Amino acid sequence: MTRIINAQPNRYGRLLLGLLPFIILLVIYIAASDARLAENPSDKLLPSLSSFADAITRMAFEPSKRTGEYLFWADTLASAVRLAMGVGISALLGLVIGIANGMVPYVRSPLSPLVTAISLIPPMAILPILFIVFGLGEVSKVVLIVIGISPVIIRDMQLRTDALPAEQLIKAQTLGGNSWQIILRVVLPQILPRLIEAVRLTLGSAWLFLIAAEAIAATEGLGYRIFLVRRYLSMDVILPYVAWITLLAFMMDYALKRLSLWAFPWYQKAQGGRND
Amino acid sequence: MTEHQPIIEIKNLWKEYGANVVLEKLNLRVMAGEFVSIVGASGCGKTTFLNLLLGTEQASRGDILLDGQPFDPEPSVERGIVFQKYSVFPHLTAIQNVMLGEEFGHSGLGSLLTGRLTGSAKRDARDRAMAMLEKVGLVQAANRYPSELSGGMQQRLAIAQALLKQPRILLLDEPFGALDPGIRKDMHSLIRELWQEQQLTVFMITHDLSEGFELGSRLWVFDKPRIDPQAPERFGAQVTFDIPLNKPGEKQRQFDLVRQSATLASGASSEVQP
Repeated sequence: MTRIINAQPNRYGRLLLGLLPFIILLVIYIAASDARLAENPSDKLLPSLSSFADAITRMAFEPSKRTGEYLFWADTLASAVRLAMGVGISALLGLVIGIANGMVPYVRSPLSPLVTAISLIPPMAILPILFIVFGLGEVSKVVLIVIGISPVIIRDMQLRTDALPAEQLIKAQTLGGNSWQIILRVVLPQILPRLIEAVRLTLGSAWLFLIAAEAIAATEGLGYRIFLVRRYLSMDVILPYVAWITLLAFMMDYALKRLSLWAFPWYQKAQGGRND
Repeated sequence: MTEHQPIIEIKNLWKEYGANVVLEKLNLRVMAGEFVSIVGASGCGKTTFLNLLLGTEQASRGDILLDGQPFDPEPSVERGIVFQKYSVFPHLTAIQNVMLGEEFGHSGLGSLLTGRLTGSAKRDARDRAMAMLEKVGLVQAANRYPSELSGGMQQRLAIAQALLKQPRILLLDEPFGALDPGIRKDMHSLIRELWQEQQLTVFMITHDLSEGFELGSRLWVFDKPRIDPQAPERFGAQVTFDIPLNKPGEKQRQFDLVRQSATLASGASSEVQP
């Protein structure tokens, strides 16, 4: 008999098994929702699928009665811009400071302790300061994301730079490279795929900070909407929004993975072709 | 360069880490075109010696002169290096790996700023790199990444990369230590050919005594002639045997002699690759 550790599902089996938990959760939800609605048709806690469809149509495909905007898309755009700016700035900071810290001792000595200290500040604790300093506009939300995730990326990039074999850097010097050329041609291209990995891992935190900032002070955005409609117990809006955020996060993660595969084929080969 | 000017001259060289003496009183002269194999037990300072030649470590006392001039205190183009591993750049294809030296060395502003060449300079660099790949038998693999090459091919690539800069001395740090015996034989004939054809001056560290005897024109054995059992770090290693290998017939006798040398024999046989 085949041992359980050797038994492999085939391709369709894997797909089916992957979908199964989602289907089970869905069935449980529908059953629970039906049971509650049978008892009290105006129950708002577990709305039926049709009320989800109504809510989605209302939010995404009909202009808002008050502002004339398609709220769902306006929220998505506002959040996406904030997230992209926050993550983009963090990635750039992480790349530049991380490599500089890893490669140049005279940069590392003053900067590394500072980065470590900043990374230990709980970002949410200084959110009020950001609101006071930068106002309630876009800047404070972007800055919160940057403060939240850039220290992590910087430290990761610094460690990755340190982890490059010393032999490579010595070899590059014997080939006549100056410091700048070595950073540009040897270090940077090897750090970029690792930057993408770091961004993928910090995307979750970036969403966390974004939604927290939007919940506290914003006039549009996915996090703002969720916290706004919470007052009316509008589970029919909250749950689709949560699902949408999850889907967006998944698509970003997937896009970054494809980008890494496409732009750095050598990296996947050197890693043994793992596909995570 | 005159006939009597050694390419490398080592004068009263000491290397100490605090009270720990690694190398003591080294006085050596190497003429251009020599192939020096360096053997010795683990921890006898042969890697330290190589690092001194390479410029990643500095001598505590004494001098190393290259063509009569003191060395740069950091790795430079006069010294080519091939390590046991990590000598090639994983993000560049074979041809790009070899071209990198050309791109770095170029005096143009574009090269200084971006580390890249364009136009005809790039084509020339590519041609020279291709010729070098041909010498080491890697033309077919020119567009493959190092991770797609076998260990032996990676070492060939590392050699091609180092030779492109026409270094005054070529340093090999256990270059074939991680290879299969069959591949190692091929690499031996390759390096011997290149050495003779290009008139290289080579320093090769090896833990394999017979490899040292087979390849070099001269063999150095690093060992500690004095040992204080209470404080083994008190005395450093010296070159205890300096054997010319270009006299046929002498080889076997010398080989046995070195093998019998008590400390080395025990060290060499018990030495394991880390």
